[in-house]
Order: sequence, then C-alpha cells, then structure tokens
Amino acid sequence: MADTIYPKLIGARLRSQMSYRASFAMDFLTQVIAQCYELLVILILFTQIHALGGFTKNEVLLMYAFAGAAFGVADLFAGQLDNLPTYIRTGSFDVLLMRPLGTLPQIMCSDIRLRRIGRITGGLAVMGYALANVPIDWSPAKVVLTIATPVAGAVIYSSVWVVACSTCFWIVDGREFANAVTYGSNAFTSYPTNVYSRPLRWVMAYIVPGAFVAYYPSLALLGKQDPLGLPGWVGWTSPLVAALAAAAAGLVWRFAVRHYRGTGS
Amino acid sequence: MIEVRELRREFKVATSKGLRRNYKTVTAVDGVTFGVEAGEAVGYVGPNGAGKSTTIKMLTGILVPTSGHIQVSGVDPAKERRDLAKRIGVVFGQRSQLWWDLPLKDSFDLLKSIYRVSARDYGVRLEECVELLGLQELLMTPVRQLSLGQRMRGEITAALLHAPELLVLDEPTIGLDLESKERLREFLKDINTRRGTTLLLTTHDLDDIERLCPRLMVIDHGRVLADGPLDELRAEVTPERELVIDLREPGPAPDVPGVTAVRSEANGMRHHLTFRRAETTAAQLITQVVRQVEVHDLAVVEPQIDDVVRKLYQREVAQDVHR
Repeated sequence: MADTIYPKLIGARLRSQMSYRASFAMDFLTQVIAQCYELLVILILFTQIHALGGFTKNEVLLMYAFAGAAFGVADLFAGQLDNLPTYIRTGSFDVLLMRPLGTLPQIMCSDIRLRRIGRITGGLAVMGYALANVPIDWSPAKVVLTIATPVAGAVIYSSVWVVACSTCFWIVDGREFANAVTYGSNAFTSYPTNVYSRPLRWVMAYIVPGAFVAYYPSLALLGKQDPLGLPGWVGWTSPLVAALAAAAAGLVWRFAVRHYRGTGS
Repeated sequence: MIEVRELRREFKVATSKGLRRNYKTVTAVDGVTFGVEAGEAVGYVGPNGAGKSTTIKMLTGILVPTSGHIQVSGVDPAKERRDLAKRIGVVFGQRSQLWWDLPLKDSFDLLKSIYRVSARDYGVRLEECVELLGLQELLMTPVRQLSLGQRMRGEITAALLHAPELLVLDEPTIGLDLESKERLREFLKDINTRRGTTLLLTTHDLDDIERLCPRLMVIDHGRVLADGPLDELRAEVTPERELVIDLREPGPAPDVPGVTAVRSEANGMRHHLTFRRAETTAAQLITQVVRQVEVHDLAVVEPQIDDVVRKLYQREVAQDVHR
C-alpha cells in the first residue's frame, strides 16, 4: 500500500500553512485562549461547590484534560472533515476519487490544523497538573492506561467526526449538525458522565461512546467505583471501544461514498 | 481502450412544492454506446447539459452508472476505481488537482509518490513536459499565483506523470487566451501522435477538435447524435458555407451563380454570401468575386460547433417524427 505517501501529504499541508504565517500565529493564540476559557469555567464552578457528581476539582480537571488532549489530536486529523461540504460543492471530492488512494485518508491528510497544537498543549499541561494532584495508586498498567487514554480518545472523537460528517453526502450543508455532534461530544466528555440526565447520557456516553474518552479511564486510574454501576474493568476497555468505533466509522464512510458515487451531487 | 454499451445514468431531482418534496427522475445519459481504440483522439461535444460531464464522470469511476456496460483500459471504472486511476490521466478545466499554496514542483513531487512513479521515469517525464510546455520558470511559483494558462499547463503535466494510456480532458481550453490554447493543442497533438496516448476531450471550441481530433462525437439530451470525422459530419449536416467580403467602396453584393447573398451590413460595405460546398470551392468563388468588385478583406466562415449540433439535433427530431 501507499504507506509513505501520507506523511508527504501532511508535510505538504504544513508547508502550505506556513505560507500564511501571520494567520497561523493568530489561530494558534485563539486556540490557546479558547482552551483556557473552558478551564476557567470549571475553576469558577469549583469556587461555589466542592464536588461535582462526587468528584473533586482535580478529578474533574483530569477528565477535562483527557478530553481536551484527545479532542485536540482528533481535531488535528479529522477536523478537516468539516470542509467536506465545500469539497463536494466545488468538485474537489471528485479529484480525490480520481487518485489511486482512499478518500478518507486523503481528506484527513489534506489539512493538518497545526494551530490545534495550542489546544493539545493546553490539555497536556492541565493533565500534568491534575495527575500530580489526584490520589493515584500507580502501577505499570496505569502508566500505560494514562498514555493510551488520549490516543484512544482521539480515535473515538475522530470516528464520531467521520460518522457525523458522512451525513454531508446526503444533506448538502450538514456541517451545523456535524459540528453539534463533534463539538457537543467534546463538551459532554469534559465533565463526569454521571452528572447528566439519563437520555442524554445514553446517547452521548454509550451510543456515541463519549464516556470512554475520559470518564471511565479516569475512574480506573483513580480506583473509584462507577456511580452508574458499571464494573471496574470497563475503564480499561477504551482502546477496544476506539477500535470498534473506528471500524464502524470506516463502514459508514464507505457507505456514504458509495451513495455519493451512486447519486452525484 | 474505451468500451461503452447502452450506458444510462439517471438523477433524482427534488422539486419542492411547499413542505412536500417530490422527486422526478432526469436521464442525463440515455443509452450511449461507443468504442475508442488505443491511440485515437476523440472530441466529445454537445451543448451544456447534454450529458458530457456525466459520461466523463462515469468513465473515470467518479459516478456509478444506473445501467449499462463500461470498460476503460480493461477495467470496470465503478468497481476498480483505484486500479483505473493508475492507468488514466484526467484533467478538468474547471477544477484543480494541484496543491494551491505550494510551488508547482511540490505538487508534481507529491503525485510522483501517490502514483509510485520511479525516480528515473519521473525525471524523464517531468523534463519532457517542462520543456515542451515551457514550465521552467514556473516550477517554484505557488500554484495560486499562476495564470490560468500556466496552471492548465501544470494540470496537464500533473496528469501525465504516471504515463497514462488514456488522457481524459474536460474542457481543457476553457477561458484560455489564443496563445495558451494553441500551445496546449500543439502539446496534446504531440503526445497523441508521438507517444500514442489516447485522448478523449470535451470542448466548446471547434478549433480544439479541428486541430486535435480526427473523430468527433456529438451528444445531446443524453444520446449520441453523430459519430465520425469532423469534415464528414459538417459536410453532411451543414452543406453551406459562408463567405464574408468587405468592399473598398459601398456597393451591391456581387452576383455569382450558385451563391445567395444573405445580408449586407455597414451600408453595403460588408456582404455575407453563402454557397454549397458540394457545388463550388471557396477558391473558385473568390476568383469570381474579385473580378466583379474591389475587395478589401474576405473570410470564409465555417459553421460553428453549436450550429452543427443544432442541425444534428433537428435532424434527429425530424426522424423521430417520421418513424
């Protein structure tokens, strides 16, 4: 397979961005500020309360940080899918179909939003702080889990992104809907899952497997019982859930592209 | 190289009435059959909305046919899109496959990797295109700063780097100035005759066909109306040509047997004369005309592609009525 081409496509995209240096710097800064803004909301919240859903400030910060870092990484790769309606409308998608490569990896590599590194940096910093300030009974397995969690989370978010954006093949401007799902699930996963009402929880935690991005891995790290009653080993299943989500997303995308080639636009 | 039988493609078009949505089926390509041999150069023409682009999209594997059989370069485009992509080159006049913000050369390098072209082949092919298309000065220019003509030369180079057997061009000369058009035609003619690359191109410019394509296919309303050499088609459907003469002094139109004066302009300074190509040649006519009047300038006008197509279509309708 064309295993060496994707790094090259990414490299090309980075060079393109660097050709607009000023706007790159602005975007980067905006991202850092946006991330701080959300952090501020949590900090202010905790000046009024001592626990949220049974979790302390630092524990919530840990979930927030996992979600933030994972979302940042996902946005870096899958965020480009937000432009899918433009690709379809201008016929650029046809150009992708004319190449001997898969359409999904081509789109993902067609724009790496470097400015998202601002978001990832913010997430990692908070993660470092939270990990140092929550009681964790460290073991080698937990170290692996700590590293695997943002990666698995990024895969889950990316899968959500792919599925949500696939709707754009049917709804010409499905972008608003897709964003509601992707950015919405980021907001959802930044807080403990048990604070949400039951219907929302079912959709956003299990159907969209948002609870596996930060909530369950954090419970496993902290050695806490799930207030929602699932057993402790669930916290270790995020990588598996991520793999399943990616497989499902791949199938949905394939189906969507087949629909596009069957109907045109 | 291309084999198409009874190709059909329908689209569902939404017709909204208030809240209820109705769909009606529009047939863009309606039972098209043709074949193209390796090494041919075929012009595919027709008015806007005739079904040209839809056919091209099906040939290149972008769209899946509603029904019918297609084989391009030995491959079914709908099923083996990626395989096909390695064998054919596609140029769309209206959309770019180059990386907008990067120097032209970077796009070529990326395509080299995408199509897995060896460094040696790549070097040879790129050098050839660069030389023939005069791209030396432009290789380091970002694509967004290229003029349309320069960009098209880049697009064609990009489509040829993997040495496709078939090059499909959708309106390659659209919007180009005369010089750029001429340069592209010359280049395409060269790769067709010398390298044997099969060409299929859609165009609105009759000169493209005249210069490049020994064979012309006319499509309208999703059906092939005519298929054959351009000269034959033109002689068949539009037997009349037009001679336009500008006189030195205003005067009546010259009276030559077998010729009708259609109209006069500019107070008798300019006259349009039509004559049948089967009865007289332009040369004979001109000799007779200059004997009668003092001519300042003259031009022989061939019927435009749209006229040819319109006449072909009218003929089709007439036949339908007779049946």
